[in-house]
Order: sequence, then C-alpha cells, then structure tokens
Amino acid sequence: MASGELTSSEYIKHHLQNLTFGKFPDGHWGFAHTSQEAADMGFMAIHVDTLGFSFVLGALFLFLFARAAKKASIEAPSGFQNFVESIVDFIDDNVRGSFNGKNPLVAPLALTTFIWIVLMNTMDLVPVDWLPVLFAAMGVEYLKVVPTTDPNATFGMSIGIFLLILYYSVKEKGLGGFVGELTLHPFGKWMLPANLFLEGVNLLAKPVSLALRLFGNMYAGEMIFILIALLPFWIQWSLSLPWAIFHILIVLLQAFIFMTLVIVYMDMAHQKEH
Amino acid sequence: MEQSILFLAGSILMGLGALGAAVGIGILGARFLEGAARQPELIPMLRTQMFIVMGLVDAVPMIAVGISMYILFAVAG
Repeated sequence: MASGELTSSEYIKHHLQNLTFGKFPDGHWGFAHTSQEAADMGFMAIHVDTLGFSFVLGALFLFLFARAAKKASIEAPSGFQNFVESIVDFIDDNVRGSFNGKNPLVAPLALTTFIWIVLMNTMDLVPVDWLPVLFAAMGVEYLKVVPTTDPNATFGMSIGIFLLILYYSVKEKGLGGFVGELTLHPFGKWMLPANLFLEGVNLLAKPVSLALRLFGNMYAGEMIFILIALLPFWIQWSLSLPWAIFHILIVLLQAFIFMTLVIVYMDMAHQKEH
Repeated sequence: MEQSILFLAGSILMGLGALGAAVGIGILGARFLEGAARQPELIPMLRTQMFIVMGLVDAVPMIAVGISMYILFAVAG
C-alpha cells in the first residue's frame, strides 16, 4: 500500500479514478482534482491516461511489427521475425477458418485488434502501484494504467467494429438487402415489426456485448490485483503470483475472443443469401 | 443495516455467478471429453472451440466477482 493514511476503500477508489481532463461546470478547462469534480464534468471529459496508454501501445505495436516486416530475411530470420510470423500465421488460419467472403481488410483488422488488446490487457500485469506512484512523483494525481478497464476504450473499439459491420453489410448486400434482412427474416413480411425488433436487438447486442465482456473481465482482474495490494507487502506475492499466472490466460483468451467475434461478425456482414 | 444488505448483495452476486458458471463449464468439459473420445482426430479443432466458449461462459462470473469485490470492499468497507 503506497500511502499509509488512506483507508482501504479510499485506496480502491483512488485506483479506479481516471486522470480526467475536461470542462468544469463554470466553463474553464482543466484536470479534475477529485472524483467529484470528474463526475461533474459530465460528457465533456477526456480520460487522458486511457488515451495516452492506448496510443503508446498502439504505436509500439505498429513500430515493432513494421520493423520486423522491413528487416525480414529468408536466409537469417531473427527470433523476433519468427515470433511475428507465427502470430500472423495464427491470425491467418483463424480468418481462413471462419471468414468466407472476399475482403482484404479483415485479416489486418483481426491482427490489429488482437495484438492491440493483448498489449493493453498486459498492462494489468504491471504491479498496480508502480506507475501511479511514479506519475504521482511527477505531479499526476490519478492514473489508471490499463486502458481496457475503462469502458470508454472498449466501447470505442466495439463501436468502430459496429460501423464496419454496417458499412460492409450495406456495401455487400445493398441497402435493400440489408433492410430486407433486418425486416423480413424470421417470420415473413406480415410480421414486420416483430422481425425488426428481434433483428434490431440482435444487431445492437453485438457491440454492447463485445465491449462489456472485455471491460468486465479486465475490470474484475484489476480489482482483485488492487485488493491483493491492500495486504501487507511481505505476503502479497503469495496471492498476486497465482492470480497473475491465471490472469495471463484471461488476457490472451479475451483478446482471442474479441478477435474471433470480429471475424465472425464481419463474415455475417458479408453473407449474401439468407 | 444498510451495510449488512450490501454484504449480502455482494456475496449473493458472487455465489450465483459461480453456480451458473460451474454448471456451464462442467457441461462444456463433459461434452468436450465425449467428443474427444469419439473422434480423437478432431481434438485440436475441438480444443480451440472449447476455449472460445469457455471464455464466453467464464466472462459472466468473472464480471460478477469483480463487481461484488467492489461492493464488498469499496462501497461497504
């Protein structure tokens, strides 16, 4: 526990508060100094830590993979090149297995979502107090390290996917085909409102479940790490080590599920006949 | 009074989530073993699919554990 004078529930709440930059009720812009101030900003608030960490990790992914692709050689492949190739092969197998349409965008999309989410989730394995204490020494009051424990980040990704689903549905089936799929499908054309309701719920559930599943898992994992950090420091390793090892499974599994569902949804958007 | 209700809520949340997931993952594992015993050559494919479904099933109780921990330690404690 970093600061001895906090109670445990204050410590937990401090760890779950994002660094928020936004518009105060009186009209000026600035960083929030308490969680109440952050809540008062309402919609005009930006979680600087979420954006910062996700941008840095995305840039890291692009930099590493672009460097591996530029330095790729057939005669003497480096260890990192083999690693990148095995990931790309793995994604390629998955896309080939469950995507039947014709679209060169899907495999790169799947690779990006997978690696980016893995990197963002992996921030969970950094001990919970290291980065917040380091940034506190530089004058930053609140810091939430894992971007995927912020619903804004997961919903940002899943709404992006949702827009792609809508775009490719309209592009592949035509506007009429897509509307027809939404309105005529389970019960025929005389039950149009019921069809629209069922298919609409079905469509809207996709981004919501995608985002909430990732957010919920990472939030729960982070929560348990924070609770373990409340124990005396000499006993922490006995709980945080097993949980961290189990959490590696969740980190990879959730990224893999997000990627698989992205591929499946894109496949559904490309299916013509119903 | 209010605090004891919060503790009850947190523990019910955790317990019911675990109950559902236990039944679900039990059925999932049993069917996976049946399928593997019937057609051992399909094991790699079945294993991948089982992990996907396990992640889907596992998500709900994990979320319940997280939220109930939040209720027990941050709201009530």
